[in-house]
Amino acid sequence: MSYSRKMITGERIVKNGFINFWRNIWLSVAAIAMMLITLTILLFAVIANATFGHTISDITSHIDVSVYLKDSVTDAQRSQLIQKLYNIDNVKSVTYLNKTQALKNYEADNANNPDLLSAISQTDNPLPASLNIKPKDPNQLQSLKDFLDRPEITAMQSDPTSYSGDRKAAIDKITSATHFFQQAGVAGIIVFIFISMLIIFNTIRMAIFNRRDELIIMRLLGASTGFIRGPFIVETMLYGLVAALLSLGAVAALFAVASQTLQASSLGLLDINYSNNYFRNRLWQILTIQILAGIIIGAVSSLIATRRYLKHHR
Amino acid sequence: MILLDRVSKTYNRRGVALERISLHVEPKEFVIIVGPSGAGKSTLFKLLTREEKPSSGKIIVGGMDYEHLKDRDVPLLRRKIGVVFQDFKLLNNKTVFENVAFALEIAGISNNEIKHTVPKVLEIVGLKDKANNYPQELSGGERQRVAIARAIVRQPKILIADEPTGNLDPKHAWDVISVLEKVNRFGTTVLLTTHNMEIVDKLKRRVVTIEGGQIVSDKAQGKYRNQ
Repeated sequence: MSYSRKMITGERIVKNGFINFWRNIWLSVAAIAMMLITLTILLFAVIANATFGHTISDITSHIDVSVYLKDSVTDAQRSQLIQKLYNIDNVKSVTYLNKTQALKNYEADNANNPDLLSAISQTDNPLPASLNIKPKDPNQLQSLKDFLDRPEITAMQSDPTSYSGDRKAAIDKITSATHFFQQAGVAGIIVFIFISMLIIFNTIRMAIFNRRDELIIMRLLGASTGFIRGPFIVETMLYGLVAALLSLGAVAALFAVASQTLQASSLGLLDINYSNNYFRNRLWQILTIQILAGIIIGAVSSLIATRRYLKHHR
Repeated sequence: MILLDRVSKTYNRRGVALERISLHVEPKEFVIIVGPSGAGKSTLFKLLTREEKPSSGKIIVGGMDYEHLKDRDVPLLRRKIGVVFQDFKLLNNKTVFENVAFALEIAGISNNEIKHTVPKVLEIVGLKDKANNYPQELSGGERQRVAIARAIVRQPKILIADEPTGNLDPKHAWDVISVLEKVNRFGTTVLLTTHNMEIVDKLKRRVVTIEGGQIVSDKAQGKYRNQ
């Protein structure tokens, strides 16, 4: 077949695909709806995965150990202590916070609470200076703890060392929850892809059944397999395309309308603003993935459906 | 040229449909194939259009040996053979013009060429003024002429007409037959099956009689069951 004939045939296949799409509009709607659900779940899974990951690294980076120093500790003693802390393997950084800064921070934190602010003042600053230690690995705090528990060190401390221990437990929970959601997400995506492929498969089989006379005539008139099959595949790829656009639109609308509600319902564990930004910043990537996934799901199911038919009707 | 050499076709369920049929048809010949229902006429045509494969024997049409024909070449073969059926097999949601154009669309012919060719062919079958009608609006004879137009629009070397007059009254039957004769005069080999004794006898063409899956007579200017 010459090049121009191939072009003409390709054009006709696409055109017939569009015609089929409209001719079976209700079947198309059903298939698109199913595909829409599948792609939306896929999208949610991707966003949720990113958000969980972000939340974990965010909390992890906030884990620190605060050593509160007595007012009597001299500059020399403090420098020595900092030096010793740096000798411990797991210590990433040590920041010194003097009394004045501690007070400023306190005032900033409680700017909306005049009662608390009036309780302390510059002249009689009860807040201790502190060393803020960031560990490299928040799960390996034992060596640091051992060091800080030495009597000569505790002697310098005004208050017991503050570990973000409660946070550690929360992080562990979130990590295992993330793991669970990842697995559930993958399983869910597989199940929904399977269901939408089944539905598209049946849609195409019904379309084939509706048009069997035409297909037989096409065969007898010498239509190539591609010419018969092509429009069905174009039709299902259209399902994927439409579903991908709708899915993206629906998720965008959800973020636009319900960000606040989502933030509240996530119990503060997840940063929905991050999800929102993640979604917005990767809009084109996400759209591409959605469209590709939709088109592939559609094409594969219609390929299987038409292959079965064409095998039995030469 | 059509050549069948000791061709047999056996179905798993129905048994033997054709048994060692040998037939040679020259280019531009007009051959009528007669025989009772179930004699094997339709099987013969299905072998020629490759809807069925022979159980044994050799088939060569227009220099193409069916033994070496790949599945993906079958569409190309079918585009070289025009087929007309008793039940017309027209698409009822397409106009006369679109039905004929359909055969060209399948073959990848450009829209310009289609616009140019289809009216000419409709003129040959005498339906130029019905181009925009739908099949339901036509008589049986007219429908069959649309089917013939569709079969010949790609200028096939061979036209197979399987009982084209089976559903038609005598007047319309003759309309269809005269179109087939016209097509034959233009140089197309015509293979026609019919149960209509009058048509067979009046045409005075080569008649091949098939009974029980075998050729029982083959006569130039033959008559209906005249062995």
